[in-house]
Order: sequence, then structure tokens, then C-alpha cells
Amino acid sequence: MDRPTNQKAWFLVLPVLLLVAFSAVIPLMTVVNYSVQDTFGNNEFFWAGTAWFEEILHSQRFHEALARNLIFSAIILAIQIPLGIVVALSMPRKGIGVSICLVLMALPLLIPWNVVGTIWQVFGRVDIGLLGHTLEAIGIDYNYVRDPLDAWFTIILMDVWHWTSLVALLCYAGLVSIPEAYYQAARIDGASRWAVFRYIQLPKMNRVLLIAVLLRFMDSFMIYTEPFVVTGGGPGNSTTFLSIDLVKMAVGQFDLGPAAAMSIVYFLVVLLFSWIFYTVMTNFERGGQ
Amino acid sequence: MARIDLRNLAHAYGPNPREPRAYALKPLNHTWEDGGAYALLGPSGCGKTTLLNIISGLITPSQGQVLFDGVDVTAMPTEARNIAQVFQFPVIYDTMTVYDNLAFPLRNRRVPAPAVDARVREIAAMLEMTDVLRKRARGLTADAKQKISLGRGLVRSDVAAILFDEPLTVIDPLLKWQLRSQLKQLHKKSGYTMVYVTHDQTEALTFADKVVVMFDGEVVQMGTPAELFERPAHTFVGYFIGSPGMNVLAAEVDGTVATVDGREIRLPRAYGKSTPDRKVELGIRPEFVRVARGQGLPVTIRKVEDVGSYKIARLALGQREIAAVAPEGTEFPADDVGAVFDPAHLNVYVDGHLVDGTPVRGA
Ligand SMILES: Nc1ncnc2c1ncn2[C@@H]1O[C@H](COP(=O)(O)OP(=O)(O)OP(=O)(O)O)[C@@H](O)[C@H]1O
Ligand SMILES: [Mg+2]
Repeated sequence: MDRPTNQKAWFLVLPVLLLVAFSAVIPLMTVVNYSVQDTFGNNEFFWAGTAWFEEILHSQRFHEALARNLIFSAIILAIQIPLGIVVALSMPRKGIGVSICLVLMALPLLIPWNVVGTIWQVFGRVDIGLLGHTLEAIGIDYNYVRDPLDAWFTIILMDVWHWTSLVALLCYAGLVSIPEAYYQAARIDGASRWAVFRYIQLPKMNRVLLIAVLLRFMDSFMIYTEPFVVTGGGPGNSTTFLSIDLVKMAVGQFDLGPAAAMSIVYFLVVLLFSWIFYTVMTNFERGGQ
Repeated sequence: MARIDLRNLAHAYGPNPREPRAYALKPLNHTWEDGGAYALLGPSGCGKTTLLNIISGLITPSQGQVLFDGVDVTAMPTEARNIAQVFQFPVIYDTMTVYDNLAFPLRNRRVPAPAVDARVREIAAMLEMTDVLRKRARGLTADAKQKISLGRGLVRSDVAAILFDEPLTVIDPLLKWQLRSQLKQLHKKSGYTMVYVTHDQTEALTFADKVVVMFDGEVVQMGTPAELFERPAHTFVGYFIGSPGMNVLAAEVDGTVATVDGREIRLPRAYGKSTPDRKVELGIRPEFVRVARGQGLPVTIRKVEDVGSYKIARLALGQREIAAVAPEGTEFPADDVGAVFDPAHLNVYVDGHLVDGTPVRGA
């Protein structure tokens, strides 16, 4: 069969290509440029080859921050995905309860990142914070400024509060698209509550869950503002995630070369994990056939 | 296998219904005999699905009781009622194979695996799905999905009744015909009580021993196809069953005389005098209207349709239209045309419902 070819179509995608070039490709290339050179200011650059990459990949500081990030993301996904599903399942399907629920759930999502950080920074303080003071009053030794575990607890709680509703809203969108007849058929077939979830609700939520996992992974893996505001990466380095470390290196110490190399490695790690999630989950959906 | 009694059953979807129009299902008493094959026939929105859902327990009726073999099950949940239902649009479990879909209702009820396997294969063979048993249900065609839906309804061997809610709507005509005759065979073999909802009269008449006709939330008649044809209990039944439907003419009735458009017609039975506050109508099947010269009501022939094995004459009586069916080869008179009604098949309806007159001797 003859397919008509018309090269003019390229002109139509040109604006998008330009936009992507300016917003993504060119900045990325600048970073690549920095990562293979050394500079001492004055706009003088020296070729450094892969030296910075080797330094980063062998640096313990990087390994530790990467490990913290992976653990953090794993905890976040392990809490927010199941919790989001449970919340979505218990949300009302009709009546005025729906709008009230949706508005309440959307509220945390509308608050700017640094404000969320500030809220929790104050909330958790032992002297004046509602959470910190209450915990102290009932005799629990809690202080996120001194104790790394308490710092992690605070940040995770904050993130769960901030983002679980996104997962819930996505799941809810999947749930409401299920026709009533499916639930009726399940009752006729004598399906248990679990079977209804496993064979009707979960398959219908699969797509949105994939999006939720990807969004929550990328976002938690790149978290910066909130822990920066609450703990500033401390106590010690216990909440210094890759992004915080990166900013310290690039802006604080002005090590542009290593920082650029680290950015690229960081980017590739995010890309790699996102790809893994995507592949695993789409395969699961197809069920291996 | 069970007899199902509906006692004084009614349903309204909204809370606190005041007027009769708020009821999707008006109060009714009805019995589905054990082992009967019923068709539930009626126009869209008349409450067929509502009635089935009440029988299966998906909806709790606003009033009245449902009895299975004399036991009141009104408060029992669907799962406990031992009833199968097939829905209008295919419901399949996407992620399961065809086999698992069919086995699902049995496994949920803890039927032992060998029995499940035997039953699934039997049903699959009947639906001609044996070669796709191992396939995922998701990728199948709409026809195949509806067959799975149907199969899940048929797979349990111990059900009290199987309810079909227009199960073949999305299936193509040839396959529809095959499946329907298979359902009929299955009914003969197994003796389940079956209720088959449709708004297609051929489907109803070929499937069922008894046809139940619903109209506007009421069961207006139950009977064999012949009964429905000969003595429609409601003008709607007359109009809905048969093609063309029954002629319905507004009339005044007094004793054995009906007046239509100022013309008198003799009735075989005597009726009370009609009053203006009630709608009185005469019903006569086109099959019992004879076109003759110089007799009966004066009409004009509007057109004649030749349907092959018979002819339909569309007659004009004043503003009204009357249809008459005549055998093939009939020549209609050119002028002085009259329509003669066979008195034995003249029915009188008051507010839509058939009334029995009192027989008169010598009529
Ligand atoms: N869930 C519901 N809520 C409110 N009203 C409903 C609901 N389901 C049905 N109705 C109303 O009840 C009446 C009967 O509906 P039902 O679905 O039983 O009709 P049906 O005979 O099955 O029609 P169809 O042939 O279109 O399937 C209709 O007027 C419909 O609008
Ligand atoms: Mg219906």
C-alpha cells in the first residue's frame, strides 16, 4: 500500500520541539557541559573527562544520601498507596458527601511546599507545637531536632498528610468509573468483599495506580523543600536527601563539576526506577499473556 | 427450582412516594410456577428490571413480600437467595480467564473442584466456548463476553430460578437465535424456573410457555401466547402483541350496543352504560376485520400493504385508522367499502382494562 508522505508535517511539530528544547534539552546539556569540565571562576573551563562521575559514584556521602532517598521513597509508597486505596474505597459515591470529601481531600494538595514544611516545623516543636507538645505531655520522648528517628517520623507523617489524598483521588476516579452492574453481578455470583476488591475494583484502578505510583515515587525521590524547611537535613546528615545534598554542593560549596555529575546520576536513577515501575506494573496488568 | 410468589409487592425509588406515578412498580400479586419458562415483556421503563432486581434481592421492595416455595425471603440478601441473574450488558471479570469466569460463582460457593470442572466444561460446550476457555476474558468480542455473562448465570446447577434481563440485546441476530433455542432446550432438560425479560415480542413468544406483559409498572396480563393474542386484557397488550397490533376505537357502550363515530355496532355481550369520566374503547384484531362491499362501518381504503403471505388494508374511519388483515389474493372493493367486525372477537376496554360483559342469550 502506498502511504502518502508529506514532510510538511514536521513544521507542525516544530513549535513543540522548540519548547521542549528550551525547557528541557538545553538546560540538561548545560549540566552535561559542567559535569565534564572543571572551573575556577572567570569563565575558564578545563576538560575533566569522567573524573567527577567517578568521584561521585565512589563517594560515601552520595551512597548514604541515595540510600536515604530509596528508603524514604519505599516507606512513602508502602504507606501512601495502600492508605490511598483504603481512603478511596471508603469515600461516598453519591450525595453531597462527595463534594465535601473531594474539597477536603484537595486542600493539602493546594498548599505550597514550603508552607507545608513550615506548618509541620511548628506543629512538631516541643515548646509550642501541638504535636510535639502533646507527645511530650503524655510522656513520649519526642524531639525531631535532636533525634534522627523522630525527624524521619515527622517528615514521613508530613508527606503522608500532604500527598495521600492525591493517591486517594486518583483511585477514586478509577472506582467511580465502575458500572453498578458489576457490583450486582458480584452479589449474584456470591463474591466476597475481598473478591470484589481483587477482581473488580483493583483491575479498574490499575491504570490510575500506575500513575499514582510513578508520581509518588518521582516526587518523594526528589523531595527537597519540606525536609529542608523542617529539619534542614539534620540532625547530623540523617535527613539529608540527594536533592538537599546537591544544593549544598552546588550553591553552598560551589562545586559545579561534581554537582553537575551528581545531577545527571540522580536523573538517571529516577529514570531507571520509573521505567522499572512502569514495566512491572503494565506487565502485571496484562497478566503475563 | 422453586415457585416464586410476589405478594402485594410495590416499589418506588424515591423515599415517601405520595402519588401512584412515583411507583416504578405498582402493587401486584403474582406467582411464577416452579419450572415455568416465562417471558416478561414490556416497553422501556415499565419496571421489568426493577421487578427482577427485587426477586433476586438486589433491591429491597418498598412494600410487600417475595416468597420462594412459601418461605419469605424479602429480607434475605442476594447471596443467600440462591438465584442466578444475567444482565443486559455483559459483566465479565477482566483479569480472569474464561474458565475462571465461569467457575467463579461455583468457587465462591465452595463447590469441590472436580464438580466445578465438569460443570464449567458442560456450559462451555453448550456455549461453544470450549476452545477459548484458557483465554483471558478481556480481549474477547462483545458477543463472547455476553456469552460468558450468560454462562455464569447457567453454571450453578442448584438455583431456585434464573432471571435473564434482556441477555441477548448486544448479540447478533443469528447467534441470538441459536442461543435462545439452547436456552429453551436447557430449560426442558433442567426444569429451572426461568424468567426472561425482553421487549421483543418474537423473542418472548418463542422462548416462553407463559408470557407476562407489563405496562407502566403493572402486570397487565399473563397468559399463553394464544391467550394474549385472542383476549388481550389491556389495550396495551393488544397493541404490543401481533403485527399489526389490535385496532382500538373510542366508543360509547350501552347494553349490547356500541356507538363508534355515530354508527352502531352490535356486541355479543351486554355491558353497563358508559359514563363520560371513564375511557371506553372497543378492541378488534385486524385478523377479525373483514372488508366488504356495502356492509358494516363505512370506510375508505387508504392503502394496501402486501406482506407476502397476507395483505394489510389500512382503512380510514373518519379521522381514525383501522387495519384489516386479509388473505393473499383478496380483491378489495373499489367503492362503497365497509368494515365488518367479527362479533366473537370484539373486546370492550374501560380505562385500558378488558371488561367481561354478561352473556346474552340468542346473541
Ligand atoms: N436506580 C434508579 N433510581 C431511580 N429511578 C429508577 C432507577 N432505576 C430505574 N428507575 C426508574 O424506574 C422505572 C422502571 O425502570 P426499569 O429499569 O425497571 O425499567 P425496564 O422495564 O427495565 O426498562 P428497560 O427496558 O429500558 O430496561 C423507570 O421509570 C426508571 O426511570
Ligand atoms: Mg431494564
